[in-house]
Amino acid sequence: MLGNVLEIDRITKRFPGVVANDAVSLDVEAGEIHALVGENGSGKSTLMNIVYGLYQADSGEIRLNGERVEIDDPRDAINLGLGMVFQHFMLVDTLTVAENVILRAEPQKFRFVDYRKAEQEVARLADAYGLRIDPRAKVADISVGQEQRVEILKALYRRAKVLILDEPTAVLTPQETEELFQVMRNLREQGTTIVFITHKIKEVLAISDRVSVLRRGKLVGTRSTAETGHKELAEMMVGREVLLRVEKEPAKPGAPVAEISGLYVDDQRGTAAVKDVSLKIRQGEVVGIAGVEGNGQQELVEAITGLTTARTGKVLLHGEPIQHLGPMRIKRKGISYIPEDRHKRGLILDYNVADNLILGLHTQPPFVEHRLFRSERHIAEHARKLVEEYDIRPPNPELLMYTLSGGNQQKAIVAREFSRRPEFLICSQPTRGLDIGAIEFIHREIIRQRDRGTAILLVSAELDEILSLSDTIAVMYDGKIVAVLPAQEADERRLGYLMLGGDPHLPEGDAERGVTAT
Amino acid sequence: MWWEYVVYFVNATVLAAALRMATPLIFASMGGILSERSGIINIGLEGMMLTGAFMGMLVTFYTANPWVGLIGALLSGGVVGLVHAVATVRYKVDQVVSGTAINIFAGGFTVFMLRTVFDVAGTSPAVERIPTVAVPLLRRIPFIGDILGHQNPVVYLALILVVAVHLFLFHTVWGLRLRAVGEHPRAADTVGINVFRARYLAVIASGALAGLGGAYLSIAHLSRFGDGMTAGRGFIALAAMIFGKWTPFGALGASILFGFADAVQMRLQEVGIPRHFVLMLPYILTMVALAGFIGRATPPKSIGKPYEKE
Amino acid sequence: MRNVELQQRSLTSRNLLVPIGSVVLALLVGSIFILVVGENPLYAYRVLLVESFGSINNIAGTLQRSTPLIFTGLGVAFAFRCGLFNIGAEGQLYVGGMVAAIIGVSFGNLPGLIHLPIAVFAGMLAGGLWAAIPGILKAKLGVHEVINTIMMNFVAYYLTDFLVTGPFHGGRWAPETDRVFPTAVLERILPPSRLNTGIFLAIVALVVVYIVLWKTKTGYEIRAVGLNPSAAEYGGISVARNMVLAMVISGAVASLAGVEQVLGVHGRFIQRFSPDLGFIGIAVALLGKNHPVGVFFAAVLFGALRTGGAAMDRLTDVPRELVVIIQAMIIMFVAADELIRRLVPRRRKA
Repeated sequence: MLGNVLEIDRITKRFPGVVANDAVSLDVEAGEIHALVGENGSGKSTLMNIVYGLYQADSGEIRLNGERVEIDDPRDAINLGLGMVFQHFMLVDTLTVAENVILRAEPQKFRFVDYRKAEQEVARLADAYGLRIDPRAKVADISVGQEQRVEILKALYRRAKVLILDEPTAVLTPQETEELFQVMRNLREQGTTIVFITHKIKEVLAISDRVSVLRRGKLVGTRSTAETGHKELAEMMVGREVLLRVEKEPAKPGAPVAEISGLYVDDQRGTAAVKDVSLKIRQGEVVGIAGVEGNGQQELVEAITGLTTARTGKVLLHGEPIQHLGPMRIKRKGISYIPEDRHKRGLILDYNVADNLILGLHTQPPFVEHRLFRSERHIAEHARKLVEEYDIRPPNPELLMYTLSGGNQQKAIVAREFSRRPEFLICSQPTRGLDIGAIEFIHREIIRQRDRGTAILLVSAELDEILSLSDTIAVMYDGKIVAVLPAQEADERRLGYLMLGGDPHLPEGDAERGVTAT
Repeated sequence: MWWEYVVYFVNATVLAAALRMATPLIFASMGGILSERSGIINIGLEGMMLTGAFMGMLVTFYTANPWVGLIGALLSGGVVGLVHAVATVRYKVDQVVSGTAINIFAGGFTVFMLRTVFDVAGTSPAVERIPTVAVPLLRRIPFIGDILGHQNPVVYLALILVVAVHLFLFHTVWGLRLRAVGEHPRAADTVGINVFRARYLAVIASGALAGLGGAYLSIAHLSRFGDGMTAGRGFIALAAMIFGKWTPFGALGASILFGFADAVQMRLQEVGIPRHFVLMLPYILTMVALAGFIGRATPPKSIGKPYEKE
Repeated sequence: MRNVELQQRSLTSRNLLVPIGSVVLALLVGSIFILVVGENPLYAYRVLLVESFGSINNIAGTLQRSTPLIFTGLGVAFAFRCGLFNIGAEGQLYVGGMVAAIIGVSFGNLPGLIHLPIAVFAGMLAGGLWAAIPGILKAKLGVHEVINTIMMNFVAYYLTDFLVTGPFHGGRWAPETDRVFPTAVLERILPPSRLNTGIFLAIVALVVVYIVLWKTKTGYEIRAVGLNPSAAEYGGISVARNMVLAMVISGAVASLAGVEQVLGVHGRFIQRFSPDLGFIGIAVALLGKNHPVGVFFAAVLFGALRTGGAAMDRLTDVPRELVVIIQAMIIMFVAADELIRRLVPRRRKA
């Protein structure tokens, strides 16, 4: 064909504690739509950020049209004909579409911006590629799908020959997604090469010519889309790994403790993130929600724990509606929460271990005397007990939290929340970023809680974890629960397929061929 | 009759005075707009004005030419602006703290120099000032002519400045990029705009303009420098900027409004309205504007946060 | 256990390095100004040191000038602990002083045991309310407290101008109120200096603030909001409520500076009596790392600079405004941690 326009040769990038890209090599042919897929943390965004000059690789080289290039910052990338549309838009709300597109490449008359020419040019480009947009509109007033078009126009205006789209459909409605795909086909027709980063296999099958799969920083392989299917891609993405399996007795679930019914929650932008979710969690049961991050899990959990309010729907604890309660009242009802982002939500890093261990409990006796004064004695006693019981190291409650390792920080949160003997426990990504030892510890604790009769809702992007701990597994995709199955019936192939957008009603044979139900 | 009262307060003489009172505010608020539009809070306008007032007088003293003095004020204000820029952009000093430090410094420095150079405590010796002029055709127009026809050239300079800043911000390439930097520095960075450089230039300019505003006080309005002569005008300029929603014409309007309050307070006292309450008005109005009671006044989004390149 | 000690020690040295370094650097730059005047920096600084600490009377003078700074510094520091920037200490001390003066001149028959405390508490109440307004606007509407506290300063200036030249203007020609009744006075301790019992009030304030911040659940919540509002919210702490509370306490403490000046130093409210006490309070808080112990020492330092500076003015050719310049530089350097750290050679980790 036309040869490779972009060659990535053994690119390696390390961040503290993790190898984001491990000697990744892949080629992008001219004029193709090349999908780059992987789960969160697979390194796909990092790789493209390096290509676009936002990060510098530790080793390896990049070649454009056969020639080696150095890309030190986005300006270099733009000059070389690369354009990138980010997941989080880089648009200035208070400026118009046209102003955003032309920024730093403005048509001018003696340093005065030629607005007329700008608007004309933007309108012309939009027409040429089938992107419907009003150049005069303020970005603050347009929809998310339209914002994306502006980002694409930005790249095209700068004569991008290679366009990188980072998870473009994450924020789009199905209709907008279809429109985007049409635009991509138009672009391809006009000779633009597109690299399309996503974790949704359905999309890969719908639009790409070839697909490369990354897992944990390494390239797993590149396939021609026509010659592969959902099953193979899911396997490549999720992988068959050594599973961490916790020793456990079969669960003996009792009566339902928490019930979520018909819940709709909006995200910060006002778009629906949780769409009609219903779920029951029983005493002594672990319900695991499997799903790639960003499919509504965070919003679901925040609505249950009182950090945000649902648009509509109910959350019931023993039949009593609690969806309107704030975090303090939720705690008092016997609900504990291990938050996903321990540094942001779970801990006050500048406080010491002891003070962190009473966060949320700090207003209640025995930690408070005479309604006002802290009881140092009880706080210290509480801390000492928990540090020992949960093996938090170093075993000194006076130490400041930021000096502890991630694993021990998480253990502190676990200690705090589990020791309250909650009725209903929500754990969100409880072992993210932790070492094997800490992971095993926390998994054992979760099972211990379950055996005590706690109802547990586990949200995790780690399939291993879900399979290992859950009694019942629900899969969340695009804000909906697409499947609920007992753990014995689930395996990572089926779960991976569902997590990545596979149609639950299709037998897997059809799914392999990329057939979608209408 | 009631309209006699109105005419007593709203007449050409008062409005001409309002314009004079507004002039230093106009300079300083234009400076404030440039700085804040780039994302840097500039609480130090008061100190920059005071420095400009002093240096304007000092340079005029040594050169006997107030126009040279004006340039001296502009340059010295720019230097103070540079200090603020280096502190906040390079060393990530909290922007409010830096501005406060500059204000305190200017207060001490100007009196220190006053005593060192002139050996006086409160007021400098008299220097040449820029005389008022009469604009030939303009001053014959009824009413408008009485307000605009017979003013200090620096006043006209202020009005021209407003137009210039407006054109700069909303019609030039640099202005567009500056606004992008203030609203979304990372977006500007990703298209290749140098965020740090833009901020440096904006803050230096804000110091220079504030310096000019101060010089108006010492070598145009009066002809000497007095300890603390800016008397809080740098803060009123901030209020005018906010009240004017960070736009040049808005700040002009607010400055004239506040200047009017200043011009009219003595007359209001005569009819029983304590002048102090009139003087409070700009500040109360600004709080009301910020609270959104008369339409939300929101600053550029990146304001107050130092920019980190990842 | 060793781990803890090492951690504490490195923390303390880190905490002290920047403040001390900033003061030293500011004094160094200040000596340039001294040279410009034609004076010998070592001589000038020696005078400054001797005149501020060299005799009982000098120490008393220093402590007297430090007293209001303890109050404003403590107030600003308290707000900082909640993540709030209270630039309004100047206005808060004016309203506090005004209210104290009003109470002080109004009730001739009350015994001192009642009159004085009422005047003091009324002053605190006024300051607390003055700070509550920007606090509520921040908590409820998200409006930045910096601008609002600055605005409130000016409203306070003009309001007190009005009151002191109008309804509460004293019998004399000067723009001040009458003398307050002796029953509302903070007594002199060590004449002829103007050191008064306000210093004891300041010490009490330091201790109370320490207890509130580190020994009560309220303090735990306020500091949590300052350190990590998201985690505080997760922990059930009301961010809005604590912000308002912090501002009120901050204003109440800062206003005591005005109360002390009116009831202790001048015996009446004099128009615009404050030599930037509120703004220097910001410097005190920053230099003192927002901790009562630090605030005390920083306030004494600045008080010494003022006292010594006035004497230096008399005894040398150096104008007292040098002290103001040095104060400004200390603020700038303290806030520029990075700058100081760069100038000090790194010590290798043990």
